[in-house]
Amino acid sequence: MLPASFQYQRPSTLDEALALLAEHGEDGKVLAGGQSLIPLMKLRFAAPEHLVDINRIPGLDGLSEEDGVLRIGALVRNATLERSDLLKSRYPVMAAAAPMISDPIVRNLGTVAGSLVHADPAGDWGSVMLALGASVVLRSSRGEREVPMGEFLVDTFTTSTEPDEILTEVRVPAPAPGSGGTYLKLERKVGDFATVAVGVQLTLANGTIGRAGIALTAVGSKNIEAEEAEGYLSGAEPTEEAFAEAARLAAQASDPQSDVRGSADYKRHVVEVFTKRGLATAYEMAGGGS
Amino acid sequence: MEITVTVNGVERTADVEPRLLLAHVIRDSFGLTGTHVGCDTTSCGACTVLLDGVPVKSCTMFGVQADGREVTTVEGLAAGGALDPIQDGFKQEHGLQCGFCTPGMMLVTKALLAGNPDPTEDEIRWAISGNVCRCTGYMNIVKAVQWAARNMAESRTAEPAAASTS
Repeated sequence: MLPASFQYQRPSTLDEALALLAEHGEDGKVLAGGQSLIPLMKLRFAAPEHLVDINRIPGLDGLSEEDGVLRIGALVRNATLERSDLLKSRYPVMAAAAPMISDPIVRNLGTVAGSLVHADPAGDWGSVMLALGASVVLRSSRGEREVPMGEFLVDTFTTSTEPDEILTEVRVPAPAPGSGGTYLKLERKVGDFATVAVGVQLTLANGTIGRAGIALTAVGSKNIEAEEAEGYLSGAEPTEEAFAEAARLAAQASDPQSDVRGSADYKRHVVEVFTKRGLATAYEMAGGGS
Repeated sequence: MEITVTVNGVERTADVEPRLLLAHVIRDSFGLTGTHVGCDTTSCGACTVLLDGVPVKSCTMFGVQADGREVTTVEGLAAGGALDPIQDGFKQEHGLQCGFCTPGMMLVTKALLAGNPDPTEDEIRWAISGNVCRCTGYMNIVKAVQWAARNMAESRTAEPAAASTS
């Protein structure tokens, strides 16, 4: 399948890329890993007139933690995250999600930033970042702004990114001591989109729950932050009953559709089971009960 | 747009439309039809090639993106006409039936063994999880990879001097 014709541009600096996007407006599109954009172009769901390939721009592939913030550059591939020891030791929810995203070959090219900008409600990174309380940096020739994940994700395939902006960096606050998290994903087979997935991040403080992050994949028009469940857990005793109630609230926050992957009722039930299971795992990781 | 790509060690140039996929450029511009286009939807892995040593699906990358980079296709495996141990493994262990998925399977194996010369069965199965075999011949594909890993380890032990200079 051939995409519609387009002009290909390969700037070597970020400023040059931003100038091109400012010039082309709605007709321009950023090409990073291309693992979502190119399939869409082949199906003619997307037909940008100008493609700005940012793959050769130096300095966009950084992955490091400094001053309590993990910074993930626009060109960091999923495979890099999958192999990162830093994530395995400090960001278990990301480490759990990375190997379950598509398949190993796609992960060699696909980027975290690209997945977030694509904003597929069945995409995994949106939920992971919501659970972690992350934000994104959007740069344009007009300047730079940092947008919390909840405001960034607007609707299906829709984010608050303006046509002249590039998502240059994802910022994840480093988890406090006594934190744990995980990502549970139900898929029909390796490489499939989630039937349902749940990301959980928990921080314990003096025996009670400090912060709880819970976000849901593929059960609504976008990745859903289960705010009621999070609010219920904040300050609560970390008991089995509390986790069960939070799981019930998370299922209530989901809005799944019946499709080839399962009925709405089934998916809502999986949200509840996964949330409860995820919270128990995160609690154990955070050092609770020991 | 004119692009220059090092294909299997040889510098090649082609004048291509930006919308042509790398799989098209390899097959039509460079005439290397060992790279198969299966699903054309990023799912099956038959079109897998190595880009600077890393497996990518050539149906989901534009040819112009490979400009100035190195591409290895299945034709690049048999150096100087001698079968690569991976090809030999697929032959010895009956790792193919119809053969359509085989180029992708072998290139993924090439990258796997370069980074992990002694993979477990689990690691092999994970490595090929982006490649679909419609004959469902996975058992023998796994055995073929194991054969190649064993064979490559044996040649390293037998010829340590040669291995260190290769």
